[in-house]
Amino acid sequence: MTVAFLWAKPSSPITDERKTMCLAVPVKVVSIEGSEAEVEIGGVKRRVSIMLTPEARVGDYVLLHTGYAINVINEAEAQETLKILEEMASLDEVH
Amino acid sequence: MKFIDEYRDVELAKKLVSKIKQLSTRPTRLMEFCGGHTVSIMMNGIRQLLPPTVEMLSGPGCPVCVTANADIDKAIALAHLPDVIITTFGDMMKVPGSYSSLQQARAGKADIRIVYSTQDALQIARDNPTQSVIFIGIGFETTAPTIAASILQSENEGIRNFYVLCLSKLCPPIMKALLDLGELKLDGIVCPGHVSAIIGSRPYEFIPRNYGVACVVSGFEALDILQSIALLVEQIESGKPTVEIAYRRVVSPEGNKTALDLMESVFEIGSADWRGIGVVPASGLKLRRKFERFDAEQAFSVTLEPVREAKGCICGDILRGVKTPNDCKLFRKVCTPEHPVGPCMVSSEGSCSAYYQYGTDYE
Repeated sequence: MTVAFLWAKPSSPITDERKTMCLAVPVKVVSIEGSEAEVEIGGVKRRVSIMLTPEARVGDYVLLHTGYAINVINEAEAQETLKILEEMASLDEVH
Repeated sequence: MKFIDEYRDVELAKKLVSKIKQLSTRPTRLMEFCGGHTVSIMMNGIRQLLPPTVEMLSGPGCPVCVTANADIDKAIALAHLPDVIITTFGDMMKVPGSYSSLQQARAGKADIRIVYSTQDALQIARDNPTQSVIFIGIGFETTAPTIAASILQSENEGIRNFYVLCLSKLCPPIMKALLDLGELKLDGIVCPGHVSAIIGSRPYEFIPRNYGVACVVSGFEALDILQSIALLVEQIESGKPTVEIAYRRVVSPEGNKTALDLMESVFEIGSADWRGIGVVPASGLKLRRKFERFDAEQAFSVTLEPVREAKGCICGDILRGVKTPNDCKLFRKVCTPEHPVGPCMVSSEGSCSAYYQYGTDYE
């Protein structure tokens, strides 16, 4: 079976207009002014609302959905998940 | 990009696939609820990587697709009113209603503008104070707080010409409706990641408890989905269905409290009309009385022709997971992304569109 691992390609840009609904992307908070933040992803900057994530701070990564940061990404959990994935994947090598 | 690329590691993916093969001993039927997951599964060829024991069905988690014709007709009728500007997410433009689409209405003389955010819709309202600006408020719990935020902002700023056609829908109630229909005999559900970013994982707890169906909240990259499938298979094989989160960098059990409070203050639970399923009580959101002046349905009256469904289109069955796009006589022949017959071919998250873009004929 030959299956191309299509995801091993560069990430799609934030500006893809068709992807509007439940799609959300991680972006980095560069500055904050009231309930708005300037965020950056792959060199593209954009102003977004942080009304839904008042806890966001400069340097945090937030999940951007239709112009709003809908959650602050938990870096520790992100690392933990990668560790769990490595562990899950290594189990079958024991057999 | 950070938090994306590390979840696309090919070597790790191969190992997760063999892990799933190792774990799975009996026929297992899973449904990915969310259209974003359907796209990722198709794009990454995950169906073909899974052992024959693991079957993946696509669910109704595409907000554009589940919008009923009656509601699309309403949006188009509103667009034809004088001094009205319709603002909408781009995916809605080409969706055919009973008689036409928003795109066709725009080709007439209706003023319809594509927006990326409710913030943009609000700006159009500020810039055009003599016209009424209506936002077509489709979407699930991911989008509902952003609509609530725009309504509160409009209230605070005293913007008098902003309205919303409230079509927000809720995921857990429709999962319950699908499970109650009993058509699918599911063993597990890949729960939506960004809906759960808002609502958390607790609202799914009734699913393993009452239906014995396993639940894992998943992210959208290949490793996220493979991990979720592995966890589901593990739960099912052990006979202990529960709710797990495989997307902890974004989802917590309790969700985003600020967003939930905002939603709660603006909306109350109401019924919603789902394509393929019909009107389901307590599966949608309506504006609270305090905010009803923002309700486009109350502020404007339109006359509607009887609702019609496209002949031969099986979008409804596809959304319930009982049929796949390959079962449709129109798929790829009459119905294509250029000339879509039904919404599942229009939306980038629709099953038909995903199968068209990434699917293979031998499936």
